[in-house]
Amino acid sequence: MKDLSKNASRILTAVALAGFAVFLWLAYKGIALGPYEARIVRLSGIYAIAALSMNLINGFTGQFSLGQAGFMALGAYTTSLLVIPPEAKESLYWVEPINPFVRNLQAPFLVALIAGGLMASFFAFFIGFPVLRLKGDYLAIATLGFSEIIRIFITNLIPITNGPVGLKNIPSTANILWTSLSCAAIVVLLLRLMKTSYGRTFKAIRDDEVAAEAMGISLFKHKLMSFLLSAFIAGISGGLLASVVGAITPAYFRFTLAYEILLIVVLGGQGSITGSVVGAIILSVSKEWLRFLDSGFNLLFFRVPEIAGLRMLVFSLLLMAIILFYRRGLFGSREFSWNSIYRPIAFLINKIRKPKKEAGDDSA
Amino acid sequence: MIALETKGAGMRFGGVVAVDSLDMLLQSGETVALIGPNGAGKTTAFNMITGVYKPTKGDIIFTRDDSSQSIAGKRPDTITALGIARTFQNIRLFSEMSVIDNVLIGMHMHVKSSIFGAILGMPKYRSEEKAMREKAMELLEKVGLASQAGAQASSLPYGEQRRLEIARALATAPSALLLDEPAAGMNPKETLDLTDFIKMIAIEFSLAVLLIEHHMQIVMDISDRIYVLDFGKMIASGTPKEIQSDERVIKAYLGEGADD
Repeated sequence: MKDLSKNASRILTAVALAGFAVFLWLAYKGIALGPYEARIVRLSGIYAIAALSMNLINGFTGQFSLGQAGFMALGAYTTSLLVIPPEAKESLYWVEPINPFVRNLQAPFLVALIAGGLMASFFAFFIGFPVLRLKGDYLAIATLGFSEIIRIFITNLIPITNGPVGLKNIPSTANILWTSLSCAAIVVLLLRLMKTSYGRTFKAIRDDEVAAEAMGISLFKHKLMSFLLSAFIAGISGGLLASVVGAITPAYFRFTLAYEILLIVVLGGQGSITGSVVGAIILSVSKEWLRFLDSGFNLLFFRVPEIAGLRMLVFSLLLMAIILFYRRGLFGSREFSWNSIYRPIAFLINKIRKPKKEAGDDSA
Repeated sequence: MIALETKGAGMRFGGVVAVDSLDMLLQSGETVALIGPNGAGKTTAFNMITGVYKPTKGDIIFTRDDSSQSIAGKRPDTITALGIARTFQNIRLFSEMSVIDNVLIGMHMHVKSSIFGAILGMPKYRSEEKAMREKAMELLEKVGLASQAGAQASSLPYGEQRRLEIARALATAPSALLLDEPAAGMNPKETLDLTDFIKMIAIEFSLAVLLIEHHMQIVMDISDRIYVLDFGKMIASGTPKEIQSDERVIKAYLGEGADD
């Protein structure tokens, strides 16, 4: 069976992107989606960015890092403090008065987002020095620990962060266009990166550190590069998240957030960029879609009463099934290709078109 | 001209002396074999030279373009950058990557563009990438793998994987090449091809070659000189002829009464 030609794939991609652009525009104008659905799409975009950030360091560079929640918190707080108007900030800080310097800091949303990313990278730089010498589980524990340290610092730096009360009235600038386009930008950035010599080197480190080092590659330098870029992207996703949810507290960025992102990465496939995006969409949508389980429903002749949290139980069962049967995730380490859709369809069409001949072949 | 010299280099792990004191000399343009029974310390010697281990005593001097320096205790990537490339006893290719990508990794350390220049596709990076690809294809042609450039490294037959590992090492532009049991697991035909192949690349790339090998036919065929290790001690050195008739070697390596 023939595969699709390169041009056919390109045309399909262009059509799909154009269709998505039209859909985005309609959603932005409030025609295609209601506010509730639009929020799910916005959150999927943000989760996709966070998953991509984790995939870069875990899936592509092979360094099992779980610090994403901390970096997202840094991004979220930095962005929020830069976009909340000074008067609004002042009224939020009722436990302790706000630091006057922080009070007067202001920046446009895009600048604030990038500042959030840079803040995360800045901290990642200092965390990276000690922890990137560790491997495997040790690295995971150390990064998770640093992520918690960041969260505890945020909880206690009350004049700057407003402590456990958190921040609210964050302007919801991050509409569906912001989140989707940021996600697209990060996807393009990573797709390009993986085609460069640096991307290849990250994968080489993942495949075999000893061999990579024998090829003259400085392991630490390249791991740090990947770690900083990953933290930057996590910071951006944190900033967008703050703007979408409107109110953040340190408790929002517990390690459970990191696990959730890890789930998306594993679901989509470690080392697959498109996999992370698809994984993020599946996770965000199914979490909402399974909501009916919490409110009581009819199962055949049996009325299932209201059980809060049943949704999460079913959800974890689904995930267990995926881990058991799709160990490498939906995409493995490959990227999405039209052929993966085309092949089974073409196979079915072939079967329907020449069923007799196939049967004849079988008996022969 | 001397390319590599170990001066009493030794390695002990706690109470175990893996290599006692190694005095070895490798001239440029020369192929030297390091042999000895299992556990004699051959791979440990390799690991000391390539920076995997820091020698616990002695020194290792590497000379290239008339400048000598001590490489004992330097990091593996620094040592490769200076000009010593190696292969591994159990093949260590980047198995999920394509054949050409494996070779390109060997050239990464020479990339001048920053990661941002690379992502943005700046003209400087693009010309670097193009030059790298051309050079990689040239290398693959020389080792006879050009037709498989796009194939996944792990899909190659065993002999070709060995060859690719050597091609990848050559991509780092070394002046000394260390081969750790290149003929392990090869059939007689592959072994014969490999012998010619090593001879060819040694001349083509003007390399000093140091190899560990159990396959006596290869060792006798391609080595200019041979060093024999036993229990971490150097017990003999000389030309293949001298080694073949050396009593101590026969006793230690081939076993008493062995005639081949």
